[in-house]
Amino acid sequence: MNKYLLYPGCSMDSSAKAYMESLNEILEPLNLHLEEIKDWNCCGATEYLGINLIPAYSLIARNLALAAKQMNPVNGTGGTRTVVAPCSACYLNLAKADYYMQERPTLGAKVNEALAAGGLEYKAGTLDVRHLIDVLVYDVGLDTIRSKVVRPLSGLKVVPYMGCMLPRPDYQHRWSDHEHPTELDDLLRALGADVIDYPLTTECCGGHMTQIGPETAFELIRRLVADADERGAQMMVTVCPMCQMNIDAYQNEANHFFGTNYHMPILFFTQLMGLAFGKEPGDLGIGVELVSARNALANIGVEVPVTQEPAAPRKKDEGLPMPRRWTKHEGRKEAVK
Amino acid sequence: MPQMTDERVRAGMNREEDPSLLHEVSMKTAGVSHLEMCIQCGTCGGSCPVAMDMEHTPRMLFAMLRAGMREEVLRSNTPWLCVSCYHCVVRCPQEVHIADVMYTLKGMAIKAKLYSDSTAPHFSQTFVDMVEAYGRSYEMGLASRHYLRHFPLRLPSMMPMGLGMITKGRMTITPKKIKHLDQLKSILHRAKQLELTS
Repeated sequence: MNKYLLYPGCSMDSSAKAYMESLNEILEPLNLHLEEIKDWNCCGATEYLGINLIPAYSLIARNLALAAKQMNPVNGTGGTRTVVAPCSACYLNLAKADYYMQERPTLGAKVNEALAAGGLEYKAGTLDVRHLIDVLVYDVGLDTIRSKVVRPLSGLKVVPYMGCMLPRPDYQHRWSDHEHPTELDDLLRALGADVIDYPLTTECCGGHMTQIGPETAFELIRRLVADADERGAQMMVTVCPMCQMNIDAYQNEANHFFGTNYHMPILFFTQLMGLAFGKEPGDLGIGVELVSARNALANIGVEVPVTQEPAAPRKKDEGLPMPRRWTKHEGRKEAVK
Repeated sequence: MPQMTDERVRAGMNREEDPSLLHEVSMKTAGVSHLEMCIQCGTCGGSCPVAMDMEHTPRMLFAMLRAGMREEVLRSNTPWLCVSCYHCVVRCPQEVHIADVMYTLKGMAIKAKLYSDSTAPHFSQTFVDMVEAYGRSYEMGLASRHYLRHFPLRLPSMMPMGLGMITKGRMTITPKKIKHLDQLKSILHRAKQLELTS
């Protein structure tokens, strides 16, 4: 049995709960055991690093310290020094803190001084920080994954979307390439899906820009969705909660902004693994995406249970006067039409 | 003070120069920044997916850092638009930690109160407030506080999305707390003291 420590990250039980549900479904067939780090805290995402350096790294390092304490269980065997993070931003933050605490020993010393205030310590380099797909492709292996497929996804046209924070900056040289890595392509092919070459695979989804500079974010989302659509994809497949959230939850707003009408569902790769392993869509969190994957999955004979749809948007323009749309630059909207 | 010539004024050099700025930014950046090694090749700006909305490309910003243009650098919208995609970082021939330098500049701009648009600094601060209060991020609190403050007109068009997230169980109404919140608070309290003395 392959055993690892798990750092789930905040989105896994909220916006990306479908990722967690589907991950739990594939553990048993793959003989994987993930032990959650006890009392882990938020990694700070990309926000804390932009405010204070030492507190930001101390926040991240508390998780590393807790994981290191859990590394070798006192009673029982099968300790592990590998921490698995399913979220790309969490993965990068944990890996970055571990790497920079070694590269700049003064940073490591200060972070440890802060940790000591909570009775903790972390010696950089103690743990291996890895992303879930890294473990699935390189430890479990594509042959094992292929051998568990009972419902090949042939006929499902997908584009693999790796996102940016996973293959870059890649402190420990874990990926096949920084800009065009093939790990996700290979995994989806092993499930039998029709994988479409997607040159934008590591382009950014906008990250937090949907919250602070929506016009910038909408353009990044448009590029990704438009290209996937032009290549004939029925859905995008992601490895990151942030990418899923931006492409899924903000696609409608981006459509409004540009006057486009894209309908490009995006699912987590673990959800497709679950389907290929013969699991039920309802157990894999399929159906909670806002851009429904129902039609795409109908192509391979998968029926998605109906869940409650969000309230229909207001259709008529008449009625009470509404505020003008908030977009500032009407020009760009026109240019893209 | 050297006498201002017409040439210096035309070249925009009639300002206070601050030769220590480059070193200060480099030292405040996590890891070994390599900022001093920048050869002004422009690979960063050419790789940036949001360069079209930036006031200065990263290359230009680094030239301004070297020229000691403190206020202009800290007022630039460039660090706030950086999406941390690390395209420039893996392509930089000098291995400058560009994304981390952008984080440093954000922190310096907040401390000097020199940012020109408060949306991004407020978002970061609100996020951090939630994390410090609960130990976890709290999307509902973050979204409602942030949108009411900065995007009230965006709320009507956000409603279907927000409702969808709640009815599909993807956003919880109440925050989740970690167990040893006191421990986290002590760590962060000490870390902030260390930040000030560094």
